[in-house]
Amino acid sequence: MLMSRVVALLALLSLVLGALTGRMAQVSQATVSGAEEAVRLLLRIGGTLCLWNGLMEVMVQSGLAKKVARLLQPLIRLLFGSYAEDETARAAIAQNMAANLLGLGSAATPSGLRAAKRLRELSDRRGVPPHGVFLLIVLNTASLQLLPTTVAALRAGLGAAQPYDILPAVWLSSAVSVTVGMMAARLMRGGGRL
Amino acid sequence: MTSFIVPSVILFILLYGLGKGVDLYAALTSGMKAGLRVCADIFPAVLTMLVAVTMVRASGAIDLLSAFLSPLLELLGMPAECLPLALLRPFSGSGALSVGSEVMARTGPDSLAGRVAAVMLGSSDTSFYTIAVYSAYLGLKDTRYTLKAALCADLAAFVMSGLAVRLLMG
Repeated sequence: MLMSRVVALLALLSLVLGALTGRMAQVSQATVSGAEEAVRLLLRIGGTLCLWNGLMEVMVQSGLAKKVARLLQPLIRLLFGSYAEDETARAAIAQNMAANLLGLGSAATPSGLRAAKRLRELSDRRGVPPHGVFLLIVLNTASLQLLPTTVAALRAGLGAAQPYDILPAVWLSSAVSVTVGMMAARLMRGGGRL
Repeated sequence: MTSFIVPSVILFILLYGLGKGVDLYAALTSGMKAGLRVCADIFPAVLTMLVAVTMVRASGAIDLLSAFLSPLLELLGMPAECLPLALLRPFSGSGALSVGSEVMARTGPDSLAGRVAAVMLGSSDTSFYTIAVYSAYLGLKDTRYTLKAALCADLAAFVMSGLAVRLLMG
């Protein structure tokens, strides 16, 4: 519903402003060029997106995805405190984080939802608000990415000299944003361990 | 140095799979097929947002807004071209991808604004959408501080994108 309003508002805005500034011809032309650009965009990122989905499948089948998940255990303990004691929750959180790290947001959602469900069960059992779930959601909205493959594909398609030269900047920015999100959640929760 | 990362990661994934006796070709192609479905899933949203955003840009609205907010943006070290991206990012993933792509195409992928847009896309996610998906799935009525914390993280990502590009890619 929100997106419907956003789209309607944008169309209204461009019509009113286009009429006021006398740029209606350009606005009209934009309906065609925008649609064409959407196809170009998909062509630019589609191949890379499929390639990494394929590689992710190899990682899952070879057990490499689980290995990566195991490497994340200390971080999960640090963030989720006592919730990390639970095997089911820990495994699902690890899988969710691993998919996020590879820049595969859509592959991260199923494991993320599984983790959220488990975390909620755990807090219901203790009779407390599901702070673990809130933390997991913030972690997913902050997007901890190591390989932003889609963005790199976009840059490559537009003729960037080295599509992946943004990596260090993405890491720095991601790390700061995740840290800020985690700290904000902790402060607003009233501090203390989970 | 960064050019070694991706080929090495790919090679490692393939060799590890081979070592574990995975049918590489079958695994790769079945994963790619799933990727094709993702493309089909996002295309309608990308098309809608790109048409809408291109129309708004053609009307001059974005230039007006950017000019209005440029003192604030300068303070944050954010190129004015990236403002629409920052505004749309928390609401729509495909929308942000569309706007980011438009910024990169217009200013060039290796320009300051083009790079900041890329880093923004790479270091933030669709907060409202993510919160909606999780709370709908769990039937949560009250997510308390989640949205505020997520928006803090988004804001940090936007400010840091400008800083990081200037600092590391100057």
